[in-house]
Amino acid sequence: MRFIEKIIPYIPLLTKGLGITLELTILSAFFGFIGAIFLVIGMLYGNRFFKILSTGFVTLIRGTPMMVQLFLIYFGLPGIDIRLSPLTASIIAFIINSSAYQAEYLKGGFLAISKEQLEASYSIGLNKWKTIQYIIFPQALRFAIPALSNEIVYLIQYTSVAYTIGLPELFYISKNFASKTYMNIEIYVFIGIVYLILIYIVTRATEIIQKKFYIPGFDLSHLK
Amino acid sequence: MADELLKVESIEKSFGKQKVLDGVSFILNKGEVKVIVGPSGTGKSTLLRCINLLNPPDKGKIYLQNKEITSLKHTLVPAVRQKIGMVFQHFALFNHLTAIDNVALGLLKVRKMNKTDAYKKAIDELNRVGLADHKDKYPAQLSGGQKQRVGIARALAMDPLLILFDEPTSALDPELIGEVLAVMQALAKDGMTMICVTHEMGFAKSVANEVIFMEKGKIIEQGLPEELFSNAKNPRTREFLSKISQLYGETGHK
Repeated sequence: MRFIEKIIPYIPLLTKGLGITLELTILSAFFGFIGAIFLVIGMLYGNRFFKILSTGFVTLIRGTPMMVQLFLIYFGLPGIDIRLSPLTASIIAFIINSSAYQAEYLKGGFLAISKEQLEASYSIGLNKWKTIQYIIFPQALRFAIPALSNEIVYLIQYTSVAYTIGLPELFYISKNFASKTYMNIEIYVFIGIVYLILIYIVTRATEIIQKKFYIPGFDLSHLK
Repeated sequence: MADELLKVESIEKSFGKQKVLDGVSFILNKGEVKVIVGPSGTGKSTLLRCINLLNPPDKGKIYLQNKEITSLKHTLVPAVRQKIGMVFQHFALFNHLTAIDNVALGLLKVRKMNKTDAYKKAIDELNRVGLADHKDKYPAQLSGGQKQRVGIARALAMDPLLILFDEPTSALDPELIGEVLAVMQALAKDGMTMICVTHEMGFAKSVANEVIFMEKGKIIEQGLPEELFSNAKNPRTREFLSKISQLYGETGHK
């Protein structure tokens, strides 16, 4: 097989590309999640200032294309003398983008908790922050697991957009390979399978996490 | 019975343009059980929510142990709520916590008890409502009556000065009402101070010191249960009480 012959010397590069894809995905998902917690608390429980700030931020980020945000950070910031490497620019852009989306997913989970449970929490003397911490958050997170898993699946695939600013992630390397060998079908089928495997792993991991944190009454599997 | 615990002084509450409470006043003594009845939308639940400051009143004052609680700084409100237990119509258990964790949460996070003591007290309270065997079940695994008893145990755990019951049995299947009322009756006999919004006439007759009939945000009539049920002065009170006695029966659940 000519393809195997050609791809073997590319394995180290592809592995590196895979590493960058995973690094970008994991960092964006993790720090995006941290950011999302602050955003959702700002949106739902903040004072007027934080409410407007966080809601405005989420609206802005979800309302503009990811590519625009990425290009603004990578090509725009040098205009005010901030020069970032493709990797740093991508990480920042994806964290910002993902935090806005994850905030919306979490918001759905937060709002799913009945008002009576909050009143019950206040009635035994817990204050607002303790109620968020002990009552709302553990439940909201369980409700949000499927959506958050979806965000990771999306990130794995969508980080390929970073090839446009020259980040040598998995897709960039494949494109490079294709332009040198003209084996478009082979490489894109191959790389498609690699993405598929990654996403299969995430899906399985989500199922395991859901099982681990399973609580009677939070089972959404009957909706399948 | 002159040991005044709670005084509600001409409180008013509106939601938008609708006035839900229009000058309600009463005094609750220690160990007293008051039952509040009245048509729906009359402000009974709002009255309870005003008392534990979930919906603070717009006007009027509430005193707990002779201290005004309606003008407190919001940081001091949780400490007051801790002293006023509340049992909800739809139970309002924390769905992600087991029965015992529902009861222990306030002890751990509000009263900062250590784990051993908190769980020991929590199991005592579950015992009191007859649910110690179900301590590790989640709310979704309990029947309505069991959920409500956990709700009562959760309120009891905080050693409240009084407990507010907001239609505790109205969301229950008829055959489950008895077990909840039995627990409430036992509490009343133990001397717990209670305000119950309920239409369970049997309960009112057996333990209430006073029945209050409310309509359109006002107290229309109040008195001893036997007086009110057999001999109400106000025609509206008579009409309403005869309707609910047809619906719920005279004897109630023992």
